[in-house]
Amino acid sequence: MSRRLHIEVFRYNPLDPESKPHMQSFYVNEYDSMTLFIALNIIRDQHDPTLQFDFCCRAGICGSCGMVINGRPGLACHTQTKDLPEHIVLHPLPVFKLIGDLSVDTGVWFRDAGTRIEAWVHNDHDSFDPTQEEARMENALANEIFELDRCVECGCCIAACGTARMRTDFLGAASIARVARFYLDPRDERNVENYYEVIGNDQGVFGCMGLLACEDVCPKHIPLQDQLGIMRRMLALHSVKGILPKALIEKLAHKGCCHENHKS
Amino acid sequence: MQIFYTDLLCIGAGLAGERVAVEAAKAGFDATCLSIVPPRRSHSSAAQGGMQAALGNCVMGEGDSPDIHFEDTVKGSDWGCDQEVARIFADTAPIVMREVAHWGVPWNRVEHGPATYYKGGKPFEAAESKEKHGLIHARAFGGTAKWRTCYTADGTGRSVLNTLDSMCLRYNVNIHDRTQAEALIHDGENCIGAIVRCLRTGELMAYFATATLIATGGYGRIYKATTNAVICDGGGQIAALDTGIVPLGNMEAIQFHPTGTVPTDILVTEGCRGDGGTLLDVNEYRFMPDYEPEKAELASRDVVSRRMQEHMAKGHGVKSPYGDHLWLDIRHLGEKHITTKLREVYDICTSFLGVNPISDLIPVRPTQHYSMGGVRTNKDGAAYGLSGLFSAGEAACWDMHGFNRLGGNSLAETVVAGRYVGKKVVEFLKGHSVDFKQSALRDAHAKIEERIKRLSGSSGKESAIVLRDEMQDIMMDYVGIFRNGKDLQTAVDKLEELHARSMNIGLQGKAIGFNPEISLALRIPGMIKLAQCTAFGALQRTESRGAHTREDHPERNDKDWLNRTLAYWKDGDSLPTLKYEDASPYFEIPPGERGYGGGKIIHADIPAEKLHVPESNASDNAASAEDTK
Ligand SMILES: Cc1cc2nc3c(=O)[nH]c(=O)nc-3n(C[C@H](O)[C@H](O)[C@H](O)COP(=O)(O)OP(=O)(O)OC[C@H]3O[C@@H](n4cnc5c(N)ncnc54)[C@H](O)[C@@H]3O)c2cc1C
Ligand code: SF4
Ligand code: SF4
Ligand code: FES
Repeated sequence: MSRRLHIEVFRYNPLDPESKPHMQSFYVNEYDSMTLFIALNIIRDQHDPTLQFDFCCRAGICGSCGMVINGRPGLACHTQTKDLPEHIVLHPLPVFKLIGDLSVDTGVWFRDAGTRIEAWVHNDHDSFDPTQEEARMENALANEIFELDRCVECGCCIAACGTARMRTDFLGAASIARVARFYLDPRDERNVENYYEVIGNDQGVFGCMGLLACEDVCPKHIPLQDQLGIMRRMLALHSVKGILPKALIEKLAHKGCCHENHKS
Repeated sequence: MQIFYTDLLCIGAGLAGERVAVEAAKAGFDATCLSIVPPRRSHSSAAQGGMQAALGNCVMGEGDSPDIHFEDTVKGSDWGCDQEVARIFADTAPIVMREVAHWGVPWNRVEHGPATYYKGGKPFEAAESKEKHGLIHARAFGGTAKWRTCYTADGTGRSVLNTLDSMCLRYNVNIHDRTQAEALIHDGENCIGAIVRCLRTGELMAYFATATLIATGGYGRIYKATTNAVICDGGGQIAALDTGIVPLGNMEAIQFHPTGTVPTDILVTEGCRGDGGTLLDVNEYRFMPDYEPEKAELASRDVVSRRMQEHMAKGHGVKSPYGDHLWLDIRHLGEKHITTKLREVYDICTSFLGVNPISDLIPVRPTQHYSMGGVRTNKDGAAYGLSGLFSAGEAACWDMHGFNRLGGNSLAETVVAGRYVGKKVVEFLKGHSVDFKQSALRDAHAKIEERIKRLSGSSGKESAIVLRDEMQDIMMDYVGIFRNGKDLQTAVDKLEELHARSMNIGLQGKAIGFNPEISLALRIPGMIKLAQCTAFGALQRTESRGAHTREDHPERNDKDWLNRTLAYWKDGDSLPTLKYEDASPYFEIPPGERGYGGGKIIHADIPAEKLHVPESNASDNAASAEDTK
């Protein structure tokens, strides 16, 4: 059973003028139930204390540990070595700014995207009245919103996306799904026009080529394909407004999608 | 060196830190959050269960009230909590759940009509009322009289943290992620900010702030086996302790959860046992009924953890490269139950353990889970000892948990305290202008810079990794679930030795810019101090209360120990100095039986005037909670 794993890791320290990007090999004995979290920590503890990587929850919940594992973006803590060949090759996620070795700056990227799409519920927050009971909501709708709130901003979908690799200002599937989350939420008072302004362009839904690498790699199985489709259709219809009759647009906008029931 | 100026500096951007920041930003102040990781990766995101608040919307929560929530909390704490604080908490919690709903949290809602729920593995029917349809629903949690845990499916921490982070965006809170506070800037009276290390470049930066908040979460990483994230290393508590003026409260109060998984210590829910799962030893023998004939696996968290530990100490544990463990068996519950009702457990087992719980046993052992102790504050969240320093969340000992916190109460505490303390911080900011003393900054900066220099010089012979491993082993072996005078003395002595060795850490590698080895080397001496506060406090406390269990002192001793430990660290000392204060200013609920757990109580003579809420207090609290009611 016990294999000797050959783990090849991308090394580069951008702050060190002497450092050149290169691959470095480490050898680690495999244990039962070993994950890449354990393997990388063994490397850092026993072989090279300067190796940079990011782990936090080590339970697939926080989204810290996205990296390219044998060519495919994924969460390292959520990956067991027994599912990989003996030779494992690790690269940092592309698209994001490299901090060093396997560590990339997803935090700043997502914060910037969040600012651009104004990722908060737009309502009059000061109107909260502590003496009143909460506004009611259907449980099914709450569940649908939560489904999209499960994104951990790991960046895997961005790293796998052809458009994101070509244009640095592309918002990516995660941000478009985030907009869909607010669009779904009756507490957000923005209208189609407002959403059009933030993602009705080539940085948003019209930049997407629809090849769906994003959904394939999402460790949380967020239904990115559906959300991209819904937003694209909704905003495409909006852009032909004035050409098609209003009633028809309204009818088409939510045809067959999960929005059909709660917004017109 | 880069110097930042801000009104409020929140060290920590989990639920507690962000909630306080939002309050200050809404009031027009400049607020800045520091965080080791991007805020949404803070450990709050890992909490799946939910938050307790007495909304009483669901059928199983009918008739609930803050009074009952308050009572559950006090009993849970084994009368170790500050009852004034627990009262503020229970009264404010329902408002806060509604407030975050207004901001976007997709709480699960009541659906009227008949529903099937589970209790003790058995299904039963109950009808949700029509009038409550669409209001916030609640689920069951241990130690509560009513179902009152508000939740969003299996990701409550995630969705509430997303929402609060979105409010930080909305109100322009400055977020400086990948930063780590190393020391507080203070002049002995006022705290005016922090010295912070940038985790991108390794450089030191200074933050001057009128008010500073410590919201850095727990310090579970002083133990080897913990459900906590790898960043829960007590950085905030260490910075407070290092001032020599600010005490840490009840550091010996540590909660262990019976079913952390091996090897990664990820938590699997209590629901496994609730639904009929059993615990087996190396011979696949079910041992719990031998110890607890009546409740077996379903005794309280602390009791089950104690028995598991005892059984392994007798040599019945399963040996593994990751240390001894026991088995959790849920195979008999069947595929359907496991992949629906226990889906999350199924996912954890298959993704992290390579174990299929339908056909295989799950490796588990009691695992450190929660820090009741932390930076001691008054009921306003103001730290003892320094003006301008506040603390909230798991990092703080605001003290609503005493010696045992109830499931669902800590996540709720982060936002409830966040709102309440946030308002107090705003009052403080309105009434204060501060002299940003350069000399105080220079002192704090020089200390940290000097430490980094010493590390990088080649003189140090000790390895931070070795010291960490030894500290974690000592805590596991001698300051675990079962404690006794002899073991605790051993721990205190061994840790004191480690403390001395930690002055002599050297680096193995060299790296320009950010070097993760320096991060660990900077943190270890402080973590050893926290371990020492925990071990020494536990040694001195010769009674058993809540999660603190002394084999040699099994009774709860209200006569001598109805108090809170305060640990101070004087510069140059090799041990903390312990002081004590009353557990609660008064006892709205007088000390008594918890109604579970058993155990003998040595009763105290409490003066009559302390057995009710003082007049002045009642009106005081009502006034300060004014806009919350
Ligand atoms: C697996 C698990 C499940 C849980 N489930 C539940 C539950 O269902 N219900 C419940 O009530 N409770 C639960 N808890 C407990 C609860 O989640 C925590 O107590 C709570 O989330 C702590 O929140 P916080 O804001 O205080 O700290 P955290 O969310 O831990 O945030 C700490 C912040 O401080 C930052 N930080 C730390 N050190 C420094 C430093 N030196 N400098 C700068 N920043 C720093 C971190 O980056 C982070 O942003 C659970 C805990 C665990 C471990
Ligand atoms: S959508 Fe999925 S892959 Fe993309 S950031 Fe979110 S969790 Fe990661
Ligand atoms: S479908 Fe669109 S967002 Fe997804 S990977 Fe392809 S281009 Fe990127
Ligand atoms: S460390 Fe949190 S998802 Fe991997």
